[in-house]
Amino acid sequence: MESVIERIEQGHFWKYHGGIHPPEMKFLTTDKPIRPLAIPKELVLPIQQHIGNAGELLVKVGDNVVKGQPLTASSSMMAVPVHAPTSGTITAIEQSIIAHPSGLNDLCIKITPDGEDKWRKRYITPNYQSLTKVEILDKIINAGISGMGGAGFPTHVKVNTNAQINYLIINASECEPYITADDLLIREHCSAIVDGIKILDQLLEPAFILIGIEDNKPEAIKTLQKETQDIEKIKVCVLPTKYPTGGEKQLIMALTGTEVPTGVIPNSLGIVMQNIATCFAIADAVIHDTPLIKRVITVSGQSLEKPQNVWALLGTPVEFLLSQCGYPEQVKKHIIMGGPMMGFSLPNTKVPVIKTTNCILAPSEAEIPNQVKEVECIRCGQCAEVCPSQLLPQDLQWSAKAQDHQQLNKLNLFDCIECGACAYVCPSHIPLVHYYRIAKAEIRQQNLLDIQAEKAKQRFEARKARLERDKIAREEKHKKSAAARQARMNAGTVQGNQEKSAVAAALARVKAKKSQNNTDNKLNDNDVQPQEEQQTDKKSQVAAAIARAKAKKVAAQKVKETQITADTKQVTVSQEQLPEKPANKAEDKKSKIAAAVAKAKAKKAASSADAKSSAQSSDDIKQSSDDKQTKITAAVAKAKTKKQLKSTQLQHELTPDENNKNDAKEINKTQDVTDKKARIAAAVAKAKAKKKQAESK
Amino acid sequence: MTTLLAILLIGIIGLTFGALLGYASIRFKVEGDPLAEQLDALLPQTQCGQCGYPGCKPYAEAVANGEAINKCAPGGEDTIKKIADIMGVEVQPLDENHDADNTPKIAFIIEEDCIGCTKCIQACPVDAIIGATKQMHTVIIDECTGCDLCVAPCPVDCIEMRPITMTTKNWQWDLDSIPVVQVD
Repeated sequence: MESVIERIEQGHFWKYHGGIHPPEMKFLTTDKPIRPLAIPKELVLPIQQHIGNAGELLVKVGDNVVKGQPLTASSSMMAVPVHAPTSGTITAIEQSIIAHPSGLNDLCIKITPDGEDKWRKRYITPNYQSLTKVEILDKIINAGISGMGGAGFPTHVKVNTNAQINYLIINASECEPYITADDLLIREHCSAIVDGIKILDQLLEPAFILIGIEDNKPEAIKTLQKETQDIEKIKVCVLPTKYPTGGEKQLIMALTGTEVPTGVIPNSLGIVMQNIATCFAIADAVIHDTPLIKRVITVSGQSLEKPQNVWALLGTPVEFLLSQCGYPEQVKKHIIMGGPMMGFSLPNTKVPVIKTTNCILAPSEAEIPNQVKEVECIRCGQCAEVCPSQLLPQDLQWSAKAQDHQQLNKLNLFDCIECGACAYVCPSHIPLVHYYRIAKAEIRQQNLLDIQAEKAKQRFEARKARLERDKIAREEKHKKSAAARQARMNAGTVQGNQEKSAVAAALARVKAKKSQNNTDNKLNDNDVQPQEEQQTDKKSQVAAAIARAKAKKVAAQKVKETQITADTKQVTVSQEQLPEKPANKAEDKKSKIAAAVAKAKAKKAASSADAKSSAQSSDDIKQSSDDKQTKITAAVAKAKTKKQLKSTQLQHELTPDENNKNDAKEINKTQDVTDKKARIAAAVAKAKAKKKQAESK
Repeated sequence: MTTLLAILLIGIIGLTFGALLGYASIRFKVEGDPLAEQLDALLPQTQCGQCGYPGCKPYAEAVANGEAINKCAPGGEDTIKKIADIMGVEVQPLDENHDADNTPKIAFIIEEDCIGCTKCIQACPVDAIIGATKQMHTVIIDECTGCDLCVAPCPVDCIEMRPITMTTKNWQWDLDSIPVVQVD
């Protein structure tokens, strides 16, 4: 580290491979101050203006917003909010064309300014030294700062590191032709930039701070040296002008002699790099509580009348910038966003400027012709000589054209920084970077598809396994329940036997039906085989008979059982009645209830028997049996009541008369009552029997 | 005597090598079919069944056993080329019975028409449709392979295949680049 600093102090730097010296063209704008622009009629703010994820919307159409009000919230690590650049009304939140080479639409917030430019409440912190690291980081996140050099990596992610930082490198080299935005910013706002650097120093605590600046900006160098002369740590490193010194890896190489390997971030080497415009934005955010809502943009090119650096609000349409700088009305517009080396042609001029826009170029036809015909590669090898990443552009080109992704990976395509040096020197006018960009996009897409395919495969296999598992489980369940049924039927219990007989009956019925159908069919097919018919008929009849017999048996059993229980109950009742006189009344009631229950049961059994018998016998038989049954039940009921009466009378006769006349009277009364009741019951039973008869008739 | 010795010797050598080979076939047994695995890795894993097999893996196994290599419609010409490379056969054009249009699509359920019959859920080979009986269903875009299998079972025809929308994330550079030229 010491030797590095010694070398820097002596003004010696390292050389990185390749590089070119294109015409700088900075003279167009370098001698004019930054001009603050008026507020355009409409601002269009894409909700994503950086690498990473978009924030979540906080506003809706129709809302009135004030300058500096957040419009989206940072919901994840890689999300950065956007803010209202001026006060006004949100007129739309919709898909609109964005600053992207594809010319595709993305979600944008459209604000119509009210012209008042009213700020939200701000809290100024002049003594930022007292802030903690977390507070500073919070301010940086909430101000929506992302790298302003071109790539747009969220700043808070880059500066939030626990690694031991040796060098904080401030990138002020601005190596692309035409662009003078950083140069002018340094000259006009150097003290703010130095504040920003000091804040970063507080955050990262690096051993040294190196400001890398190319020697084609003498005024800016002078200003920087003056502002930083009393700070030991900061070294202003004046580098020879060469394109692309401003590339992250190239600047690290030039200043420290360290080569950043493929796939390694500079943080892990103890190096953090920030753009100088980002430093200005950090100072603004931390000290003045001003979010990133405007930036310096170089509007240049020889077709403009007044090329100049301007302070433009984010979301300003490019056409507004051009009209402010004297762009003549013409049909065929060729506008480039970014520098001539790494920028991209805009699909139309309605595109808004975003956080990463550092230059709008309107070149004349002489400067950058629209169409140059590509011819065959002559294998001169100049491209390999100028490649700052030490790749083989010519080989890459062949493989890219052949879509040989494997070979492209082998040639380290992804180390290409797309600086355009190879295309610049190519005598055959091959747009090499274009081929690399296509190939990179294809490989990325392919990788994405591979990941998706792998996921689909896993999901498919998982689904197959699940279906298989479910099927086995279902079969197991069926098997188990079948086994349980079998066991129950074979256990020999009453229930089991019943189930068995029910199954047998059902089977018999089905068979009978089938055979009947068969016979019917056969009958329809002329009486060919009467004998067989008879046989099957017989068989089915037999089976039906068996089924019937079984059902009858069960019914009979039931009836018997109920009768037995009723009888026994009655017997016990009558037995109990004899010795106990006071309980007489109660017993009487009980016996009646029992009689009623017995009747009901008998009826039920009879009706079920009826139903069964009706299925088999003719109507006449059914009627008669019905009659009989009802008569029987009525008779039984009558007999029972008689019996009871007798027993009660017997009891009363047995009770000695010497007791009390009142008592006797009472007994008589109760006797009368029970008599009546019994008669009523008998009458009801008779009526019911009649009714049934009528019904059956 | 010499002949006998020779026969004996050759016999012994034969037995020795036979035993060796027998041991090796047990010791170094390869599980599965490595060729089918390789082919499966090339297939797009849409599990669409357009090839006539229930999924990509069964088709890979079939190709390994001599099935035609030109039946994968979603894979298209590229996949056929790659399979031909591995199998060492001539590249064939895509089977005529198949739709040659293999632009990536995903299923979309018109939710107001969905009656919640779950038929599409049962048809989806990668469980990319969520929903329940008499509840509206929807497609998990990130999991959908665009296999088309859910379209036919829908009784109310509320599923359609929509091409994947182009965003800045999946956009392919195909515009004219910025020509860079020496300025005099």
